Amino acid sequence: MHPHENDLNDVGQSDSLPAVEPFYQTLKKQGLILTKSRPTILQVNTGFLCNQVCRHCHLDAGPHRKELMGRETMEQVFAIAAHPQFDTIDVTGGAPELHPDLLWFLAQLRPLAPKVILRSNLTVLAEKGTPMMTQLKELGITIVASMPSLNEAQADTLRGQGVFSNSIETLRQLNRMGYGQAESDLELDLVANPAGAFLPPSQCELEQRFKKRLQQKWRIKFNNLYSFANVPLGRFQVWLRRSGNYTDYMQKLANAFNPASVEGLMCRTILSVAWDGFLYDCDFNQAAGIHMGKRKTHITELELPLKPEHKIATGDHCYTCTAGAGFT
Amino acid sequence: MSYFKEDHLAKFAEIGKEAPELAQKFFDYYQNVFAEGELSEREKALIALAVAHTVQCPYCIDAYTRACLEKGSNTAEMTEAVHVATAIKGGSALVHGMQMRDIAAKLSM
Repeated sequence: MHPHENDLNDVGQSDSLPAVEPFYQTLKKQGLILTKSRPTILQVNTGFLCNQVCRHCHLDAGPHRKELMGRETMEQVFAIAAHPQFDTIDVTGGAPELHPDLLWFLAQLRPLAPKVILRSNLTVLAEKGTPMMTQLKELGITIVASMPSLNEAQADTLRGQGVFSNSIETLRQLNRMGYGQAESDLELDLVANPAGAFLPPSQCELEQRFKKRLQQKWRIKFNNLYSFANVPLGRFQVWLRRSGNYTDYMQKLANAFNPASVEGLMCRTILSVAWDGFLYDCDFNQAAGIHMGKRKTHITELELPLKPEHKIATGDHCYTCTAGAGFT
Repeated sequence: MSYFKEDHLAKFAEIGKEAPELAQKFFDYYQNVFAEGELSEREKALIALAVAHTVQCPYCIDAYTRACLEKGSNTAEMTEAVHVATAIKGGSALVHGMQMRDIAAKLSM
């Protein structure tokens, strides 16, 4: 058993803290109502199975998780993905590359939207090697890869021994295939989460540093870097509590609440489908077990377009996305 | 008993109660010093971290460890910054050995 395997049972799930005003009250005080805009991104979580046990994972994904999206649900996803309001299909996990039907799934999705994204931890992609990378290239799939730190020891502490060097080699291979190159349409983006209980730096500045350092040291190129704070759910919440950082971190997020960020929040334009076909307002609500609009709805029951007044379900973890510049 | 109290940092503004104008001038100056200029905020935080170790101020070490992390520095970069401080502080002790040598030479046969 992995040491993190039963952590969630030990400490419970997200709860309100006396020191932090409930998120819904903060919205109310500011006179803000969080409603869906017209969702243009359909995010599909293929399951929680992953080869890594990252300490900052909000989903508690790992080798111990066996949940995987079935073929029937995947076919139900196609029906929704074909709706013209979606311009992006965002496939995530766990490690979606471990799903035996991933390439079939992507091939079916590809004609349905202008952009199809695969979120990769890079290490499974390394195992699958050239055959999988070639198919992703041929389908024109955008790859969004996790790369939390430019420091090997820090990255490995967060994601597992050897993950950093493996990720570097995989990025180089993707570059050789045309991903991330200026003259190529094959988009390669990176995601860098802070390596602990602190807020991320300016995304723009961090992107410049990553571009400079990855190019200098390993001749790696990529298109965009996204940086956002770790969400206090799942395994990251367990770590926060065990390390005595939970209260301070929640206060830090709440103190950084920026009312101007609410208008552009990611959850306003995204629909999140879980491995079992149930819908959530975002991936973080999926981790928190809060269904879309707090009503358990299966993808087969979804009626598009959503009503304009569709209220987004919230929890205190939402302070993560409203901190500073916000998660858009 | 430790004289250092972690919550002093959060209450630092109270230092202005007896001399508000001076405090305000200091805090304004301080804020301007750490704003983006020819040096980035990240670089300035790393310098502050190094100086914090040189002056051995626990408040500053606490504040600028957090600041460095939030400005995107990693622990390897921060450790190098502390080594820069160590080298300067150690070097400043060692270079005074030249005074010792001069005095000893004058007094010695």
